[in-house]
Amino acid sequence: MADQRQPTVIADNANIVYRIYGSVAPGANSPLASLKRIMTGKKSAAVREVHAVKGVSFVAYKGEAIGLIGTNGSGKSTLLRAIAGLLPVERGGGIYAAGQPSLLGVNAALMNDLSGERNVELGCLAMGMSPAEVKEQAPGIIEFSGINDRGDFSSLPMKTYSSGMAARLRFSIAAAKKHDVLLIDEALATGDAKFRKRSEQRVRDLRKEAGTVFLVSHSEQSIRDTCERSIWLESGVIRADGPTDAVLKEYETYVNK
Amino acid sequence: MAQTAVADSDTGPSLTELARSHGLTKAGRLPRLPEYTRQLWSYRHFIAAFANAKVSASLGSTKLGVVWQLLTPLINAGVYYLIFGVLINTKQNVDNFIAYLCAGVFIFGFTQSVVQAGSQSITANIAMIRALHFPRASLPIAVSLVEVRNMIASMIVLVAIVLLTGEPVTFQWLLLIPALALQTIFNTGLALFVSRLISKVTDIRQLIPYILRIWMYGSAVLYPVTFFAERIDGWQLALVESNPMLIYIELVRHALMENVELATSAPLLWLQAAIWTVLVGFGGYVYFWRGEKGYGRG
Repeated sequence: MADQRQPTVIADNANIVYRIYGSVAPGANSPLASLKRIMTGKKSAAVREVHAVKGVSFVAYKGEAIGLIGTNGSGKSTLLRAIAGLLPVERGGGIYAAGQPSLLGVNAALMNDLSGERNVELGCLAMGMSPAEVKEQAPGIIEFSGINDRGDFSSLPMKTYSSGMAARLRFSIAAAKKHDVLLIDEALATGDAKFRKRSEQRVRDLRKEAGTVFLVSHSEQSIRDTCERSIWLESGVIRADGPTDAVLKEYETYVNK
Repeated sequence: MAQTAVADSDTGPSLTELARSHGLTKAGRLPRLPEYTRQLWSYRHFIAAFANAKVSASLGSTKLGVVWQLLTPLINAGVYYLIFGVLINTKQNVDNFIAYLCAGVFIFGFTQSVVQAGSQSITANIAMIRALHFPRASLPIAVSLVEVRNMIASMIVLVAIVLLTGEPVTFQWLLLIPALALQTIFNTGLALFVSRLISKVTDIRQLIPYILRIWMYGSAVLYPVTFFAERIDGWQLALVESNPMLIYIELVRHALMENVELATSAPLLWLQAAIWTVLVGFGGYVYFWRGEKGYGRG
C-alpha cells in the first residue's frame, strides 16, 4: 500500500483529562474542611482528575474503517469525543481532522418528550441541514430506522420507545448525512439482527463515499465485519494498532488470561 | 504534497506537520467571532425548532397546552390585583396603580424567566452538547426566544388591563415595540452570560433566587419609582436609577400610561436603555463565545 493515502484523522500525543467536581472522600467536603480550604487558598481537594487518554498517537486514512477495542473504561468513548472536538485535548498534543467529524452514539440524547418525527427534524437541523433537506430526508430516515414496522410509532413521543427502537432512530438520523469522518459508539450493538445487517451495509456505503469510520464496539463480530484495522486501547494507552485479525487475537489472549 | 505517508515510523515528519500539510484542522479549535456568528446564523432553523420543541415538550403534558401561555400572566395579574387592589387597596400616589404594578411585574418577569431558564441551558443539555455539533450559543438564544413568546402573551394581557383601567390609546403606545426589542437583546446577552458562568461555577445557581429578588426590589416593581428619590440621594440614587430593569420598566410604563412620574426624562431613559442593551448584549455574546469549546467537558 505505497499509494498516496490521504490522512483524515491524526492524533499527535493526545492527552485527555476529566476534572470532576464534588466527588471526594467523606470528610473532605465538610463545612469545616471547605472553610479551611478557602482560608488557606489551597486548590480545592474537591476536584479530582481522571487521566482517561494518555499520549495517544495514530494516523487514520481516507476509506479506512477502524475498530476501537478495549475493556470497559479504557478510554475508547473519550477518544471518540475528543476526535469529534467535544472534549478538549490537553496542551502539548492535538487531534487533527478533515472537516467536521460527527459522533454517533447510543447515548446521544434527543428530546424524549417529543415524537420521533420531530426528533428527526431537530436532529437533522442540529447536524446543519437546511429545512428543505430535512423535509426531503425525513421519510427516508424513518423508513430506514424501521420504527414504523409495527404501526405508527413515529408520531409517538420517544419516551414510549424501547431502547432498541430509540437507538435505531438515532443511528438512522446520524447516518443520513454524508460525513467526512463518522464516529460510531456501540451503535451497531443495539437493534435486532435485521437492523444490524442494514446498518452494517449503511456503514459500508458511508465508507465508499470517501469517509473514514471509527467504530467502538464490544461485539467482536461487528468489528471483524466492518473494520480491517483495529486499535486496542487499555487504560488510555494504545496496546496494539494493526490489522483487525492480529489485534483481536492479542486482545482475546489478554481478556481470557 | 508528493509525500507518501510514513506516519507509522517515528523517523518521518512529526504528526502535527503531517496534519498541517494535508490541511486538517485541529479538533476543538475556537472559530473567530465573525465566523462563529456566521455559523450561528446558518443554524437559525435549528434554534427556532429547538425553541418550539421546548415549548411543546413543557406544555405537552398539560391538557390545556398553549392556553397556559395566556393563563399564566392572567393568574399572575389576578393575584396582584387581589392583594394590592382589593386587600390592601393601596394607591401609593399613583393613578391607576394596578396597571402600573402589572407593567412592572410582567416586564421584570420577562427578564427573570430568561435568567432562570438560561442558567440551565448548558447544564440541562449536556448530553446533546456531547453528541452533536452546533454552535452552543443556540441553546441560550433558544431560551430567550421561548420567553419572547411568553412575553408576547403577557403583553396582550397587560394591554387589556391598561385599557380596562381607562388609559387612552395614543401614538406613544408604539414605543412599546422598541422598548421590548431592546429588552429582548439585553435578555439574550444575559442568558448567554449566565449560562457560561453557571456551567463553570455551579455554586452560583444557588444564589440566583436571591440575586433576582434583590434585583426586583431595586427595580421599582411593587412600588412607584419616586420611592427611592424620597429616601436616598447622591451616588446611591444614581446607582439605583441606572439599574437596567428599572429603566426598561419605566419605558414600558411611559409608553402605555398617561401621567406616570418617571425617574428621569424619557430621552435620557432611552439613551441609558440603549447603552445597557449594547453592553450586555454584545458583552454576553463575546463572553459565551470565548468558552465555546469547553462546554462539552461538563
